[in-house]
Amino acid sequence: MSEYLLEMRNITKTFPGVKALDNVQLNVRAGTVHALMGENGAGKSTLMKCLFGIYKPDGGEILLNGKPVNIRSARDAMDHGIAMIHQELHPIRFRSVMENVWLGRFPGHFGVVDHKAMYDKTKALFDDLELDVDPLAMAGEQSAAILQMMEIARAVSINAKIIIMDEPTSSLSDREVEHLFKIINRLRAQGVAMIYISHKMKEILEISDEVSIMRDGTYVGTWPAVGLTTEEIIKQMVGREMTNQFPPRVGKPSDEVVLKVEHLYSTDKHSFKDVSFELHKGEILGIGGLVGAQRTEFVEALFGLRGIESGTVDKDGKIYKAKSPRDAKSHGLALLTEERRATGIFGILPILENAVIANQKNYASLGILNDAKRERDAASSCKELNVKAPSLETLIQNLSGGNQQKVLIARWLLTNSDILILDEPTRGIDVGAKYEIYNIMLGQIAQNKSIIMISSEMPELMGMSDRIMVMCEGRVTGFLNKDQFSQEEIMRLATMFAGHKKTAA
Amino acid sequence: MSKNVSRSTFNNYFKISGLILLIAGIVLKYMSTLESFKGKTASWNINASIYDLPIFLAVIGIFLLLKGLMAKSEGEDIVFSGKNFGGFLTNNAILLAMFVLVVIICIKNPKFMQVKVALDILTQASPKLIMALGICFTLLIAGTDLSAGRMVGLAAVISASMLQTATYANRFFPDMPQVQVWLPIVLAIGACMLFGALNGFLVAKYDMHPFIATLATQVIIFGTCSLYFDMEPNSSQPIGGVRPDFKAIGQMKFLAEKSIKNFTMNWFADGKGFPGISILIPIAIIICVIIWFVLNKTVFGKNVYAIGGNREAAVVAGISVFKNIMGIFILASCLYGIAGVLEAARTAGANNDYGNGYELDAIAACVVGGVSLNGGVGRVRGIIMGVLIFAIIQYGLQFLHISPMWQQVIKGVIIAVAVAIDLTKYRRK
Repeated sequence: MSEYLLEMRNITKTFPGVKALDNVQLNVRAGTVHALMGENGAGKSTLMKCLFGIYKPDGGEILLNGKPVNIRSARDAMDHGIAMIHQELHPIRFRSVMENVWLGRFPGHFGVVDHKAMYDKTKALFDDLELDVDPLAMAGEQSAAILQMMEIARAVSINAKIIIMDEPTSSLSDREVEHLFKIINRLRAQGVAMIYISHKMKEILEISDEVSIMRDGTYVGTWPAVGLTTEEIIKQMVGREMTNQFPPRVGKPSDEVVLKVEHLYSTDKHSFKDVSFELHKGEILGIGGLVGAQRTEFVEALFGLRGIESGTVDKDGKIYKAKSPRDAKSHGLALLTEERRATGIFGILPILENAVIANQKNYASLGILNDAKRERDAASSCKELNVKAPSLETLIQNLSGGNQQKVLIARWLLTNSDILILDEPTRGIDVGAKYEIYNIMLGQIAQNKSIIMISSEMPELMGMSDRIMVMCEGRVTGFLNKDQFSQEEIMRLATMFAGHKKTAA
Repeated sequence: MSKNVSRSTFNNYFKISGLILLIAGIVLKYMSTLESFKGKTASWNINASIYDLPIFLAVIGIFLLLKGLMAKSEGEDIVFSGKNFGGFLTNNAILLAMFVLVVIICIKNPKFMQVKVALDILTQASPKLIMALGICFTLLIAGTDLSAGRMVGLAAVISASMLQTATYANRFFPDMPQVQVWLPIVLAIGACMLFGALNGFLVAKYDMHPFIATLATQVIIFGTCSLYFDMEPNSSQPIGGVRPDFKAIGQMKFLAEKSIKNFTMNWFADGKGFPGISILIPIAIIICVIIWFVLNKTVFGKNVYAIGGNREAAVVAGISVFKNIMGIFILASCLYGIAGVLEAARTAGANNDYGNGYELDAIAACVVGGVSLNGGVGRVRGIIMGVLIFAIIQYGLQFLHISPMWQQVIKGVIIAVAVAIDLTKYRRK
């Protein structure tokens, strides 16, 4: 018996133009939670995809229990007792939850599926994990949190010896995270090894036994989690000291109101209700709340993407009613959406096109575009925001998350909007790039623009906002001024009605 | 304005309305046999104004009654409200529109209300249903199959060419012995499956879009079929002189014996007795049952939905996309082959232009029946509805002597409207 359940040695993987993994190693003991950390683009997901058979490494070897194995497909990986909870993997929407759980290994004989057995097994599995989900419910109708728990249940059901969890808590509320940790602790006691990828330091320090850190496709080192601090991890991840997570805020918001929202109700009964607030010039208004607080739905309605039943929005003293994003844009609003890949970038288009797309009208005369002007503008705003890319012709999909986000911000700066709505602006972005995004935000308010920022990360919310509006189940439950900021207070407001609702997990 | 009704009461509605229709049917039938209702002139003849309406009423009545009796009595209450009613209308818009159309046709020409007509429609719909069931697999993975129609032609030509009577003057293979009837049929279907495998290979191996892959195959099949058809001594002459045992596969009728006709003489309005059931109908029903089973009860069927719903998720779940896509195109082409053989048998002949454009009709029927072109959504029940709707409309319009050009216009409008309504179901926000 080897000391380690899993050993990955000298794994190398090259994509056209990029060396994604360079002699990376990872050693995981049975019955432990092994955190794998690194900035985005450090190669964590690539390494895991090599382990799970989705990518074929160019070099190196993988050993299970000291024996070398050859994993060529996801099927192979599962046969070897490896399961993976994927980041951003969407379910098969029009099929039932149980079919999603047993996909690829339906119980049955001779190719005929045994539905009763599948139902019973799912029920038993969910009961065991204390998940209150109907196995027959349509997967597409479930919340993101339930789907994530479903993925976890799926991994458990494989009876895997190694479970890879790639950002398993990205759409879970704190309570659900606690539930997940309970499951993880039980699996750990059963001798299962878990590789845990997350950006959330607090989680890592709480749940993991060992921490391995990667940087730019290389292996930095492995440390026991006990005694490790956030600062130390960040230092190893970025390769430099990070004394401050947030840039200093200079100046104060003015008293001038640029946006006044009064008693806004959604057309959807289950969405936001009676939202009222004022946004001042040069202010960063943070919106806090749990998953399901309808924060995204609210800002999307403000931007004309969703229906508004009643209430008024007053912009610069004029009543403003957005029927479409076009309207919103012409009124000087900008929205950076939560799902960068799905609703932000045009992956196969170059940076240039991505940057100017919201402002094409201003570059055209009689419908003919002025290329020189487009390039000049795109280049100057990309430079202003410090977008790191070989050229404007680089496809945006080849940039890191942080640089993609910067291009998207550049897009809205070009439209001369004065209210920026940022929905989770730093989700899935590495620490270094986060700091740059924060700098950009401060730069914008220094130019007398205003920002509404949704964030699920407490430190970010408290570190960047001038004021925080907390929502719970579609209602505004309170405002906090800078001197009142505290994690406990935000949580109290964010869970105000939570007692009335049956929780997902 | 809403009213809650428990499941059992709701089921009683079905039972009651079913019973009413059944009784109405029986009473009408009885009345139609009474001399006093048979007027002296034709315009007074009750049979000439209602035809087989009593039988249809009774059948629908029995259907509703059974539905009421078989339904589960427990479960949530049914809510009657404006909103639910609106939802009901959207969900069943096509069905309701068809019902209105049928009523209009019946009023304009009561002759439409005959069992004979209904059986005719079902017979015409059967081969189309087999096609549609095949093509639905390719639609379920967000693909398509443009080669379907040409495969029908290929199967028709191959099977007919080898199953001609020994005495026919222009035999395709003058020296060919009289083989067992199944052999050429298997060959014909096998040829289709070979091309189906080519489709699957191009799509699965090279990740080619099915539109392009099957477009290429379509052209290849038509060329191949035409070359075969043009061989000496046939030289592109339509194939005829088909053997009676082969013809029977498409033309045979069940329950059409003289004795049954005599026995049922007075059951139907035209006084000619039961017209018999074409063999095509039971064949289509059996295939429906098989395909339903495959889609809903087998691993293969579930994998089809999974690949169509989210291909990436299927891959990481360890499903072999290659094998399943191969399976899909081969199974689909097998069904086209069957449809082609039946077509040759039914028309007692074949030429290389058989089946041209059938794939578009089949795709139209599928989408009207709720199969999503985005993949992952679609049920056998819906496909049956889609095929029947087109068959009824086509037959009905012919019945009213509406010009074929207008028929085309109406068909096109139906496709657009049906899919537009269907999509509102999936639209969010």
